[in-house]
Amino acid sequence: MSPQTQQEPAPIQGDFPARRLTVAADQWVHTAESLRPAGARLLALWASDERDHGADFTVHAAILKPSRLLVLELRVPEQQPVFPSLMPVFPAAARMERAVFDLLGLRAQGGDARPWLRHAAWPQDQFPLRRDFAAHRVFPNAQEAYPFVRVEGDGVHEIAVGPVHAGIIEPGHFRFSVVGEKLLRLEERLGYVHKGIEKRFEQLSLDAGQRLAARVSGDSAVAFSWAYCMALEGICGLAPPPRALYLRALLLERERLANHLGDLGALGNDAGFGFGLAQFSRLKENLLRLNEAAFGARYPMDFVVPGGVAADLAKDSKPPLLRQCAALEREVAGLRRIYDEHSGVQDRFAGCGRVAPELARSLGLMGLAGRASGQARDLRNDVAAPPYDRLSVKTAGRSEGDVAARVAVRFDEALESLRLCRKILDELPPGAVRAALPEQPPEGFGVGLVEGWRGPLLVALEAGPRGTIRRCHPHDCSWQNWPVLEHAVIGNIVPDFPLINKSFNLSYSGQDL
Amino acid sequence: MLTLLKKIAEIGIVSEPLPAAADEPWLREPLQAEILAVLGRALCIRHVDAGSCNGCELEVHALNNPYYNIEGAGIKFVASPRHADLLLVTGPVSRHMEQALRRTYDATPEPKLVVAAGDCACSGGIFGESYASCGRVTNVIPVDVTVPGCPPTPTRLLRGILAAVKARN
Repeated sequence: MSPQTQQEPAPIQGDFPARRLTVAADQWVHTAESLRPAGARLLALWASDERDHGADFTVHAAILKPSRLLVLELRVPEQQPVFPSLMPVFPAAARMERAVFDLLGLRAQGGDARPWLRHAAWPQDQFPLRRDFAAHRVFPNAQEAYPFVRVEGDGVHEIAVGPVHAGIIEPGHFRFSVVGEKLLRLEERLGYVHKGIEKRFEQLSLDAGQRLAARVSGDSAVAFSWAYCMALEGICGLAPPPRALYLRALLLERERLANHLGDLGALGNDAGFGFGLAQFSRLKENLLRLNEAAFGARYPMDFVVPGGVAADLAKDSKPPLLRQCAALEREVAGLRRIYDEHSGVQDRFAGCGRVAPELARSLGLMGLAGRASGQARDLRNDVAAPPYDRLSVKTAGRSEGDVAARVAVRFDEALESLRLCRKILDELPPGAVRAALPEQPPEGFGVGLVEGWRGPLLVALEAGPRGTIRRCHPHDCSWQNWPVLEHAVIGNIVPDFPLINKSFNLSYSGQDL
Repeated sequence: MLTLLKKIAEIGIVSEPLPAAADEPWLREPLQAEILAVLGRALCIRHVDAGSCNGCELEVHALNNPYYNIEGAGIKFVASPRHADLLLVTGPVSRHMEQALRRTYDATPEPKLVVAAGDCACSGGIFGESYASCGRVTNVIPVDVTVPGCPPTPTRLLRGILAAVKARN
């Protein structure tokens, strides 16, 4: 490693306090460790190829502490492409570091050396995110064996599930080791929907990048496109008009609602209560239909655009939006009573798939699942980027950490989102909904942070010359939460897996990239 | 229990007539008759996500909600390609899903229909073709009907499914 002196942290321009700090290899783990006692969490870890700038490679770790962001950076020389693993400090780093090797060829020392995102679409000595790797180069799709961890013992057998699952769901592989019905171990293998998103960003203009960001994980389209735009607007030093920020928040809360309503129904269904699915999917459909009337599409994927939003609220849609808030509040509260009083449903929910607060803290469980396990963190409060600095969100919180707690958090957050929608509509500022980006956006580095419905997500963006994207890393908290699901299922029975899995409802596309 | 029954009574039946095609009315009963005429039984669909962003899945799910109630019209999603008449494929085909998609197609009994749903499945969409993506579905398996949209609405999905059934008639 090249010797490097400790530098002062440099501020990152944008909507919330963020800084970046380059550290030497011997300080990399130590600096992360020193932040941990104050409650710092690893939000994302990625790398970039800077050889054309004479700086070899850089590994970046975004650490949230808890109301400010610190991006730690480590230079890694091409001749010796290794770096110290952050896994001992942040266990969630493990899979991210494996992905760094798959995509850039930098090996974390002391970590798991198996591939993570790479299956067989490219050989192990080729690295797609290196600048000299041509995006369209196609390699023979050879099958490669993947060494799963085997559980030995009397009566232990394996159940292999996926990548094509039985339901309408994204592809991934689950390897269960079981005795009878009891789950001893789950090992996930993801990466099936890796479609080269990060490489693709580098072929797009800064303006067009928003469309790809919205499609990192379709269920979080508003959250991801907002985070992307936040990063870009930070680079440009541009503040979107207040009305645009309120409309973004309105849509983000409606995205949260749509997902919570859908999942609350699916969770009832997975517990054998079809009534719940019928009722909640009806409410979700009502919400989507009003989206079409008010925002022009059931899923307004490209409503959030650089500089603001693509269009103002459709004429006369404020009263129906407010009426819908009232109707949903009444219905969701009523259905909650029915769920709570249904002994069959409660019997399946309570105690199932438990993640104790201590385990959640040490593994870095995030978002709504974290809040069900005593980790009461929410970027809408902790970082409170505008307009959330004016909305004072009530953070949900439970500590039981089971399916019942994750259901309760969803109910609490759905109701809180309805309150927020109402407040946003009541206080909607007048004026323009979009500010123009500079014709020639400056080069630079920006970060966007948004609390999506699942949890925190980040977009790190580096603008290149003439409006190009030099590097873009979108990060969903599914990266952190997938490994915790492996712990949550231990000791449960196989038929409870779908219920536990749905209570987390993690993104495959958002982590496979 | 009483609140539950009250809720069921209060909401009643919300299922709507099935969406009209471009120029002809498509109602639940004629549709059901049509499916019966072609297949002699329910239409069984196996969904395959070959690499989508999960946006299309949200709308595929919506087909099962009480408003569209496709199961009431004799269309149902099944858990195995062995039981399927039609594959509903979403996403660009990631190269990591290429083999799984081919195997699913091979496992589906003849005669089989394939509907490619969503912009990515139709054309590769924003992801296109690359080291990691095969692009559109027809680059990997034969496709009968394409349904554009990002994501396609439940109505468009239904029209696409019905167009595939009619084409077979």
